[in-house]
Amino acid sequence: MATDAEEIFPQIERWRAQGQRVALATVVQTWGSSPRAEGSHLAVNERGEFVGSVSGGCIEGAVVTEAVAAMEDGKTRTLEFGISDEQAWEVGLACGGQVRVFVEPLQ
Amino acid sequence: MKWTLFERLQRAIANNASAAVVTRLDDGVQAVFDGGGWEGDLSLDDAQKATALRMLIADKSGMLANVEGLFVRAYARPPRLIVIGAAHISQFLAPMAMLAGFEVIIIDPRRSFASAERFPGVTLMHSWPDEALAQLKIDATSAVVTLTHDPKLDDPALISALGSPAFYIGALGSKRTHAKRIARLAEAGLADQAARIHAPVGLDLGGRAPREIAVSILAQVIQVRYRGSAPA
Repeated sequence: MATDAEEIFPQIERWRAQGQRVALATVVQTWGSSPRAEGSHLAVNERGEFVGSVSGGCIEGAVVTEAVAAMEDGKTRTLEFGISDEQAWEVGLACGGQVRVFVEPLQ
Repeated sequence: MKWTLFERLQRAIANNASAAVVTRLDDGVQAVFDGGGWEGDLSLDDAQKATALRMLIADKSGMLANVEGLFVRAYARPPRLIVIGAAHISQFLAPMAMLAGFEVIIIDPRRSFASAERFPGVTLMHSWPDEALAQLKIDATSAVVTLTHDPKLDDPALISALGSPAFYIGALGSKRTHAKRIARLAEAGLADQAARIHAPVGLDLGGRAPREIAVSILAQVIQVRYRGSAPA
């Protein structure tokens, strides 16, 4: 699955060229019916702009927040999201399953 | 990720080579495989490298089995089937492999064999096999099959392939032909590496017709891609 990278990596390079800090989030494990497979990437710059996806939109907000924090403290983190079907329904999202996301600053 | 590793990875992807990154999730320490070799601060043992490579060949990202906290990200390009020899079998193998999702390249310096009429829609290269293979940069998601029956063409291709990370190398020819081939490769100092060659090529399906041999070759390539295997 080089496609994700072909889309996202050039954007990372553009941000770097503009002097933006960048972090990369990656789905490393999934359980149940998570919308994006292991390896899916989301790249974030220091302004919180992002490309790619790690879910169908349910967790991107939280991942972006953590990604910006990772750029600031220079530390990696592993995030876990478990979204029950009922919860997903309540917030109006079509996501289910559980997903573990690794967030790393580029440095 | 360190920028130096990112650059290495980006270079491999830009060069159309399959690459992989292994990350220790505890602390983010990483190793990159860029087709040539492994780089980075994370040291992996041979078994871990082999498993990560198998995941790359099958284009499967995920946690490394039996090891706590190591994640493998496969950046695999579509698998390539590189065929040496625009033979009759190749005329069946090329379209079948394309339908199965392979990028197919046929190498044969004999232009009357490797013609667009005989191979519609297939990438054809008319240079000598070793030159063509050097140009193609065989990577970990490439399979190389020699079908010319002519050592002048097959041997240089096999020598190039044996020096590459190709996941599959196969050579047409009987057991007797292959024994002679092994002897020639041993003289070239490749006695150990030659064990990577699948020969006689293909799964033993029983069919003898060119189209049936093509099926058996493609089946074996797919089997090795997902299951891995030491040649019989």
